[in-house]
Amino acid sequence: MNTGDTAFMLIASALVMLMTPGLALFYGGLVRSKNVLGTIMHSFICLGIVSIIWVVYGYSLAFGPDIGGLTGNLDWMWLKGVGTKVGPYSDTIPDLLFCAFQLMFAILTPALITGGFAERMKFSAFLIFTVLWSSLIYMPICHWVWGGGWLGSLGALDFAGGTVIHINCGFAALAAAMIIGKRKGWGRGESFHPNNLPMTVLGAGILWFGWFGFNAGSALAADETAALAFFTTQVATGAAALSWIIAEWILRGKPTTLGAASGAVAGLVAITPAAGFVGPVSAIIIGLVAGVLCYLAVLAKSRLGYDDALDVVGIHGIGGIWGALATGLFASLAVNPGGANGLFFGNPNQFVIQAIGVGATMAYSFIGSLIILKIIDVTVGLRVTTEEEVQGLDITQHSEIGYSL
Amino acid sequence: MKKIEAIVKPFKLDDVKEALNEIGIKGMTISEVKGYGRQKGHKEIYRGAEYVVDFIPKVKLEIIVDAAQVDQVVAKIKESAYTGKIGDGKIFVLPIEEVIRVRTGEHGKDAI
Repeated sequence: MNTGDTAFMLIASALVMLMTPGLALFYGGLVRSKNVLGTIMHSFICLGIVSIIWVVYGYSLAFGPDIGGLTGNLDWMWLKGVGTKVGPYSDTIPDLLFCAFQLMFAILTPALITGGFAERMKFSAFLIFTVLWSSLIYMPICHWVWGGGWLGSLGALDFAGGTVIHINCGFAALAAAMIIGKRKGWGRGESFHPNNLPMTVLGAGILWFGWFGFNAGSALAADETAALAFFTTQVATGAAALSWIIAEWILRGKPTTLGAASGAVAGLVAITPAAGFVGPVSAIIIGLVAGVLCYLAVLAKSRLGYDDALDVVGIHGIGGIWGALATGLFASLAVNPGGANGLFFGNPNQFVIQAIGVGATMAYSFIGSLIILKIIDVTVGLRVTTEEEVQGLDITQHSEIGYSL
Repeated sequence: MKKIEAIVKPFKLDDVKEALNEIGIKGMTISEVKGYGRQKGHKEIYRGAEYVVDFIPKVKLEIIVDAAQVDQVVAKIKESAYTGKIGDGKIFVLPIEEVIRVRTGEHGKDAI
């Protein structure tokens, strides 16, 4: 065991944990005030649900002994054999620490989806969805890429989870927005003002901070690659915040604070798969494109007619696709000999592999989520009643209110 | 006795207050209100979704004065709240039947 790496990974894991409450604030500020707590709760309680699943069977499904490249088996249920000795996923940190680090990713991903069905899902249905989705969608895709599954074997590069986390949650959110339907009054003149943008910006700041653990920590060691990932994360994110507000300034006349916060998240998403494989200049280009592309994707939503309330598709789905493909363009062996060269560095094959990863993740996540959601809808029902929706989730689902003034 | 209710632009409140101080008006009640008249609302944009907000923030002043002072007070408010742009507000004058000061029990003009 290496104490430096272990100390770093303990901190990195805690940073990734903080992203989930950060996301709760980010999303919480964007909804109407009657739904602020219900929305925060969707993210926050994932810290509870997924932690339990992870110990019982989740870690085993994602990282346990491989079955046909598709999933892990159940040999490591109840974390049997997962102890404080090093290996098998790292030679320098305890197995249990790797397990903890990965747990934080598994918590964050279903929390990200909640933006797609914000302001209208029954809490009971949400709990069932989170359990089923984590078990049947997240764990297998995580296994494909990082747990010894087929995508990792194919050579797909996903440094910190662009496919596993972002494309995955983006297309699950699209399925959710389609199955649960539009919020009452959406697209018909009713306004959906964010209730607290300062809270959203604070949440974005916490996400950005936590993301250093997410990306640099994905090196699994306090080493050169971690430093590279840390640096590319910073510059890509800054670039995307800037390009988003420039794009909206040109197209809508004003640069907005929400645009800066959204752009930052788009940049974080896009650099995630590339963070440890590309150089700083490439990172800036990835970020600049991400800010504009995700902004345009968010604008397209109203034309396409699905009510992805908090833009999980536009920011995580589209940003994730761009990041995964960009990794296939900008990856360079010169900056990380452990990675690969991308298209721009003479290896077009890497781009093809990345595209396969994108397509497979999109398809599995979207179709799988659609089926899970449909089953919950016809059995327990996904959506609150219209009366409850008008009253808000806070009072009807939780018997409390966020602001008493 | 009359009550003067004036709806003015929030940033003009201090000017109005000072102007009324100059002519010896010693008290007023204000509230933050929202409304619209001929002035159009403003536009808000959240991730590209544009909302037109009809109700614009204004400040409402309520001042009780002796009937003889009404014209002077109205003139002062008109002058100090004026910008010349649409949305400067309105002034209403209403009759008041009785005024009582809680502490002393004084009635009428003495209680103003």
